[in-house]
Amino acid sequence: MSDIKFTIDGKECTAKSGQTIVEAAKANGIYIPVLCHFDGLKPAGTCRICTVKTGGRFMAGCTTPVAEGMRIDNMTPEIEDMRKQIIEMLFVEGNHMCPVCEKSGNCELQALAYRYKMMVPRFPFLWPKREVVANAPKLYLDKNRCVQCLRCVREIITTDGKNVFAVKERGGKTTINMDEKLAAGLSDDMAMRAMDICPVGCIIRKEVGYKVPIGQRKFDSKPIGSEIEGR
Amino acid sequence: MGRKITIEPVTRVEGHGKVTIQLDDAGNVAQSRLHIVEFRGFERFVQGRPYWEAPVLVQRLCGICPVSHHLAAAKALDVIVGAGTGDGLTPVGEKMRRLMHYGQMFQSHALHFFHLASPDLLFGADGDPAIRNVIGVALEHKDLAVQGVMMRKFGQEIIRATAGKKIHGTGGIPGGINKNLSIAERDEFLKGADPLNIDKMIEWSQAAVDFFKGYHAQNKDYIDNFSVFPSSHLSLVRKDGAMDFYHGVIRCIDADGNKLLDDIDYQDYYKHIGEEVKSWSYMKFPYLRKLGMENGWYTVGPLARCNTADFIPTPLAQKEFEIFKAYTNGKPNHMSMHMHWARLIELLHSAEVIKDLLNDPDLQKDNLVVKGTKQKEGVGLLEAPRGTLFHHYRINDNDQIEMANLIVSTTNNNEPMNRGVNFVAKDIFTGKKEITEGMMNRVEMVIRAYDPCLSCATHALGQMPMELTLVDSNGEIIDQMRK
Repeated sequence: MSDIKFTIDGKECTAKSGQTIVEAAKANGIYIPVLCHFDGLKPAGTCRICTVKTGGRFMAGCTTPVAEGMRIDNMTPEIEDMRKQIIEMLFVEGNHMCPVCEKSGNCELQALAYRYKMMVPRFPFLWPKREVVANAPKLYLDKNRCVQCLRCVREIITTDGKNVFAVKERGGKTTINMDEKLAAGLSDDMAMRAMDICPVGCIIRKEVGYKVPIGQRKFDSKPIGSEIEGR
Repeated sequence: MGRKITIEPVTRVEGHGKVTIQLDDAGNVAQSRLHIVEFRGFERFVQGRPYWEAPVLVQRLCGICPVSHHLAAAKALDVIVGAGTGDGLTPVGEKMRRLMHYGQMFQSHALHFFHLASPDLLFGADGDPAIRNVIGVALEHKDLAVQGVMMRKFGQEIIRATAGKKIHGTGGIPGGINKNLSIAERDEFLKGADPLNIDKMIEWSQAAVDFFKGYHAQNKDYIDNFSVFPSSHLSLVRKDGAMDFYHGVIRCIDADGNKLLDDIDYQDYYKHIGEEVKSWSYMKFPYLRKLGMENGWYTVGPLARCNTADFIPTPLAQKEFEIFKAYTNGKPNHMSMHMHWARLIELLHSAEVIKDLLNDPDLQKDNLVVKGTKQKEGVGLLEAPRGTLFHHYRINDNDQIEMANLIVSTTNNNEPMNRGVNFVAKDIFTGKKEITEGMMNRVEMVIRAYDPCLSCATHALGQMPMELTLVDSNGEIIDQMRK
């Protein structure tokens, strides 16, 4: 595969053919925020936090392949504000109580809110009534915190190929549901994987909460994105 | 014509409340009440949450001593995860929690004495309200103000090192703690630059006790006779009768010092303590079941602890404790203003305990958590700065909390505070036609002596306004003053 030449915010970059904009940016030390995307998973393009502008159009960076000569806008005030709006909408659309959430400090949504300096959302809180599913032995599903990224749907699959998590309904009624019998059969490692891959505090491995002290959590000392930008 | 006096807001206390005093046609106090006027409902909305969330969630009741709620909940959950009834943790687990708790006692007591109570002593009950506050203390008694700020900072740093944050940390988890104390953290407290080291904190604590004793010697009549009324006193004490803020058994003595309850395992607290609801306050009224609702009320807090404990297990505080006890010939002390004295002895004791813990190598060990056979129900008690704190949880088969009962320190003091208000009201309002600011402040002072946290007590939120309203015997408002 030959190298592709393109620019992000005027900086000349190279990429391998077939890489998405998010992957290519990362390889060039440029951070494009992601929430639904997870390295190694097939892109879903559900959250749109990775929105960039190229050829005059807004595109999802996680699903759009980079192309020769592409001129990509990433950190313009317009795009950054759109991203901030998306973060704010995710906060008001669910019930995110960071002060008591055990994912606090490891939560990508919270980390993005800090990165984008979200103080108070510009949108009204919706305070939806959401279900909590607690009857699986290892996992606790708190739908108040779900951002419908579909990471769990794509990643948590039983050894015989069955999805443990699945989408129910459509549009504003969409929820992520857990097959409690399949969840009960997950290995300890796979149950922990389900919690770790969830970018927020929706999927919780039971009885491990708060074991990592403040100061040693993922984003306590390294803001989200710094692992790419600091390279 | 009768009058009703309403004091709202009550100032220099934590939370929001008001006082009403009903005067009859002859100008005598017919009725007085401390009303707690806001509501939050933590016991309800914790239901359905996973049990391990409780120490972090319920501590949000308060920003003053959240560590108390954090650790009381953690102790209750120790029982639920099978780690024993409060004393089954590993040495590092228990001692880190103790360090966190004594750090909090230290900062909270320092805050109360220097920031909230000292203005009344330094400027007098009738002092100019414009300077009778912490700013006035800072301007006219700079050394005391600096000590207050630095002592509070020291305590808060202890909390940060043990809980992860100064306010609303996560250190206590069911069955133990999530971190130990590094050598570097320890040495910051043992050898920190002056004044932020434990030796200076002990020195300043001793000086605070001496300050109070000096003030007392000059103002005996005022300190000894302001709101004195007989009360039962309740607290945890260590099995051997020592003062212990973190763990122990329930002891309650009557006004003469006879033991009403002794060596009671707090898992059975509900067999001995009931709670009454009254229509005019969001704060419940706990009582000893064996004495009933009318006579079963009791006092908690520093004065109660100094009355119930047989001794204090650190040398400097024990020396002060002996002087304190000798003042009433070993009998229970019922003088409201002596709560400040008791609180400062506890401040000194906390500093001494912190030093002992910092020198304990167990704090650097790594076996942080213990678990055993899971239980469905657990109770956690400890002595918070303002008194005995009860947390009680029951969980379902899915690890969700289905019942929570909290009896918060200030709730225990509900009836004594009401009696204190009544005592002072009768003393200063009877037959008086004009209300002065100093008279209102005296009512606040008796409430303030309890260092009440009204936010916690109702599990309520807000500022602490005070309003005085005069109504006649028909309930018509005659006069009203707000602060």
